[in-house]
Amino acid sequence: MIRLAMCQFFRLLCGCRARWDAPLQGHGPWVFYANHSSHLDAVLLWAMLPGPVRSRCRTVAAADYWERGPVRRWLAKSVFRAVLVERQPRPSRGSPLRRMSECLDRGESLVLFPEGTRGDGGALGPLRPGLWHLSRERPELSLVPVWIENLSRVLPKGEILPVPFLAAATIGEPIRCKPEESRDEFLQRAHAALLELRPHP
Amino acid sequence: MNFNPDLTLPLAVVLATLVTGTIVGEIVSRTARGDKALRFAGNLRARVGSWWLMSGGFVVAVLLGGTVTVVLFAIGSFLALREFLTVIPTRRGDHRALFWAFFLILPAHYFFIGNGNYGMFTIFIPVYAFVLIPIRIALAGETEEYLARTARIQWGMMVCVYFLSHVPALLQLQLRDPDASTPALLFYLILIVQLNDVAQYTFGTLFGKRKVAPSVSPNKTLEGLIGGVLATVAVGVALHPVTPFSPLAAAALSFMVAVMGFLGDLVMSAVKRDLGVKDYSGAIPGHGGVLDRMDSLTFAAPVFFHVVGFFYQ
Repeated sequence: MIRLAMCQFFRLLCGCRARWDAPLQGHGPWVFYANHSSHLDAVLLWAMLPGPVRSRCRTVAAADYWERGPVRRWLAKSVFRAVLVERQPRPSRGSPLRRMSECLDRGESLVLFPEGTRGDGGALGPLRPGLWHLSRERPELSLVPVWIENLSRVLPKGEILPVPFLAAATIGEPIRCKPEESRDEFLQRAHAALLELRPHP
Repeated sequence: MNFNPDLTLPLAVVLATLVTGTIVGEIVSRTARGDKALRFAGNLRARVGSWWLMSGGFVVAVLLGGTVTVVLFAIGSFLALREFLTVIPTRRGDHRALFWAFFLILPAHYFFIGNGNYGMFTIFIPVYAFVLIPIRIALAGETEEYLARTARIQWGMMVCVYFLSHVPALLQLQLRDPDASTPALLFYLILIVQLNDVAQYTFGTLFGKRKVAPSVSPNKTLEGLIGGVLATVAVGVALHPVTPFSPLAAAALSFMVAVMGFLGDLVMSAVKRDLGVKDYSGAIPGHGGVLDRMDSLTFAAPVFFHVVGFFYQ
């Protein structure tokens, strides 16, 4: 309910145009990975996903950030239903990879921001290796790159009041891990696939 | 809801134009051969379809009366400003100022119009917004491109909010002629501005040869301009019974509106060229963005408002 209301409100505020370079194939689950510059990135992704996918889609978020303070905890747990993982894994908290795998086993799609932190909306930072571990474990898994535009202007890091710029997302062709690929090769390919979606001014 | 009999004639013109457009669109689509013709036909049909929706929404808002019309134009300003600010470059330091522009200045300005507060309506954006926006940006501390940033934002506020709001402000004019109706005046302005756009496009498409502004807007031709202005003046004179204008005055005013509409379109095309975009957005199928549709209106409205206010108030 809250999720749908948030999507509708966000659509009113930011227009929210989605360009699908390739339609979603098969019946999931999928892993959507995107550039990250705003808390609203996850909401934009929900807003552009088809209803059935959206209702079974979890956002992977940083536990060290979202567990700090009651408001953030409530947002992450009750509103976003985020899968909270440690950015610096500690053995006591269980492996982030396992928590994500459990979701995929239940048929839930995941939204990942593999840069691991919010950027300024310009450059794309290096991707953290979670994506590689995940697709190594499940070679059949489709990783769908999504380039998000303008949300760094709507709600940049450190602001709590949004400004209604028109937001857009480009969804690219899914990639899969090739068996012969090394970690760095794969991450470079994923990085390039995401950057390719960035519209050139 | 009392139906305003002054609106019958302009409503009939709207309906006749839409029906004609739909028939022409169908004929062009059926007879189109080849890629280019098919693309043109598709665009034409999309345009006409959008016209039906926009006209319908606008007519309902005018018939529902004052407050609804003001709210409709407030929404129009919001959409236009959002498109404008999205295509101009802004920086992180503009964030708070832009928040106030959208959620304080814009609603307050339209509140003054709805309230009939003429003094505040005239000065709120040119004075108070002009004071507030640069202050907020300076307080944010980022000085790179400072003057250009504040100027662009201020310009957007003027065009998308201040200029456009002169359309609903027509409702607040105290006309000397006791029989004159301000909703009819508003309808009259919108109708001749939009018909002018359609006529310029039609004459330009049919007979256009000599480009008038090749470096700014290559689609504009002398034939389109002259044909459009003549058609607009003809409709403007024919509709003079719904206004307080004599036929001659109606001719002069529609001529002025047609020329201002053309020039407004030209100015907003120059902005697009400068920024390297084709349309302000893709919000209206066949037309581009809200601002692409309203560009002529934004420049015609304030001039029309003040000329009418000067001579008929």
